Amino acid sequence: MTLGRHLSWVMFGIVLNTNVHADGATIAQQGTGSAAACQSCHGVVGEGIAAAGFPRLAGMGAGYLQRQLEAFAEGTRSSAVMMPIAKALSAADRKAVASHYASMPFGGTAAMPLPSSALTSASQGASAPKVSAMATAASAPTPTVGATLATRGRWSDTLPACEQCHGPGGRGVGADFPPLVGQSATYLAAQLIAFKSKARPAGPMNLMGVVAQKLSDADVREVAAYYAMLPAGGTR
Amino acid sequence: MITPRQIRWVVVSLLAIVAGLVAIGASDYWGMEAYTQRKLAALSQPSPDVSSSSASSASGSASAPAPSRDIAGDPPHAELVAVAGAASGARAIFRPPLESQIPTGEFGDVIRRGRDIFVDTGRAAPAYVGNSLRCVNCHLDAGRLADSSPLWAAFVSYPAYRSKTKSVSTFQQRLQGCFEYSMNGKAPPAGAPELVALESYAYWLATGATVDPKLAGRGYPALPAPAQGRDYTRGEQVYVANCAFCHGADGAGQRSADGVAVFPPLWGPESFNWGAGMGRVNNAAAFIKANMPLGMGGTLTDQQAWDVSLYMNSHERPQDPRYAGSVQNTRSTFHDTDESMYGREVAGKVLGATGAPRPFKPSKVPDR
Repeated sequence: MTLGRHLSWVMFGIVLNTNVHADGATIAQQGTGSAAACQSCHGVVGEGIAAAGFPRLAGMGAGYLQRQLEAFAEGTRSSAVMMPIAKALSAADRKAVASHYASMPFGGTAAMPLPSSALTSASQGASAPKVSAMATAASAPTPTVGATLATRGRWSDTLPACEQCHGPGGRGVGADFPPLVGQSATYLAAQLIAFKSKARPAGPMNLMGVVAQKLSDADVREVAAYYAMLPAGGTR
Repeated sequence: MITPRQIRWVVVSLLAIVAGLVAIGASDYWGMEAYTQRKLAALSQPSPDVSSSSASSASGSASAPAPSRDIAGDPPHAELVAVAGAASGARAIFRPPLESQIPTGEFGDVIRRGRDIFVDTGRAAPAYVGNSLRCVNCHLDAGRLADSSPLWAAFVSYPAYRSKTKSVSTFQQRLQGCFEYSMNGKAPPAGAPELVALESYAYWLATGATVDPKLAGRGYPALPAPAQGRDYTRGEQVYVANCAFCHGADGAGQRSADGVAVFPPLWGPESFNWGAGMGRVNNAAAFIKANMPLGMGGTLTDQQAWDVSLYMNSHERPQDPRYAGSVQNTRSTFHDTDESMYGREVAGKVLGATGAPRPFKPSKVPDR
């Protein structure tokens, strides 16, 4: 065996080694040689940047996050920012960084910071007698179209409620049904519109494709605003 | 022929593409922050829109201007409309009153309590529920949806003679059966507040319905006999492709991180027991065809629905509370039909051979 061949095996081993031991936390904090650090856009604790429409990653399901990175890398989900980054990561990196964010606790930092006075007055509005007669939505701060879609759906259109898959309070279920709470209205609305227009792949079983087709633009705005206003990590 | 709907779709698509391009540069293309802020500002005082619509609908009077579309998108109360559902075709389907029309006062309170029990059964009726299921799992849209065994149609079908009980059952007695079998729990005694509340909710939902055991939309629409019989292996394939993503490969359903059973368990210790109606292959096939996957009812073929129903009901679940000392006795007494897999051998094991029923234990419901 020549020295050259030896060296190439060693190099291969190093590459393999880096991939196998790709450290999700390092990628998140420092990036790789070719991919920017995740936290520069998704925040130090994975909370996202609401004003820029950059989504929360902390506490999202690993399966979901990895699927998104794969989709960006393959170009089936498009984003000028995320596609080159996902391509620059190896498959192992993508898996590692997905697990890293999945295991990161979501502290309940509101993705869209609201003055506490606004929340208080909103809940007072909800308890006004005439409004409370509308519905018994204990989980909804107000009986808006958004709250209804989120907690009841619109079964006259065979449209399930968001929380029937995304869980009570939109806090997510398992590895595959991501939390909605803690995301900005900007991000949520853009995704629903992308699902509806098929600009974003609808994911497993076309679940989101079917749902999004039944939402009007006004529905999208309302339901995105509803989840953006829910206290993240709070009780329903 | 280009329909207005197609034009609208094209316009929406183009808008979305533009939105996607713009979103790269302008983060708040949809103006959501501003929108949310406006919304919050509006909420800080009672909204005239909301309260006036509430007032008119809460009155329930025919002379009040009926909202053309309520918050849930339902047409006005008791309007008979043709619903093009999965198995519905064009039929006149009864529409129950809107939730916003639940009256105020004592009657309204008991209706609301019934609804709460219906959608969050383990939490609202903890003394009688022994599994992770909720009434709404098999009666979608809080018991309102046609072809999903709606409460309004059930209400006007009782009292009725039932082969299961070999007697004329009242509506409350029918509800007791739900607790005993579907909820793998304990029947609340006749007149228990839980039964009164559920009955009141059903009674109110049936406001304006004709007393008719054959009301359109009742039960689950029966399927024609399967062309190829029913097959476990084909059913497993259907399950893996269409059901497992939500209900789990092991049929145990999925819970949220805080322990709420979001996707109901289809078999195993947290599901309905062998005495439940959903344990009958024909009944479950009909439910599945009309309502599953959630929001996509009618997309499976009849054959797929039959096969996957057989697959689901070929797994172990809690013992039939009517257990008659042995699996064979129980089968011959209560399951003497091809629609029940109880007592049949599947993969080398006899279904139901798990001994006497376990004593009732209320299911654990996480704190809110």
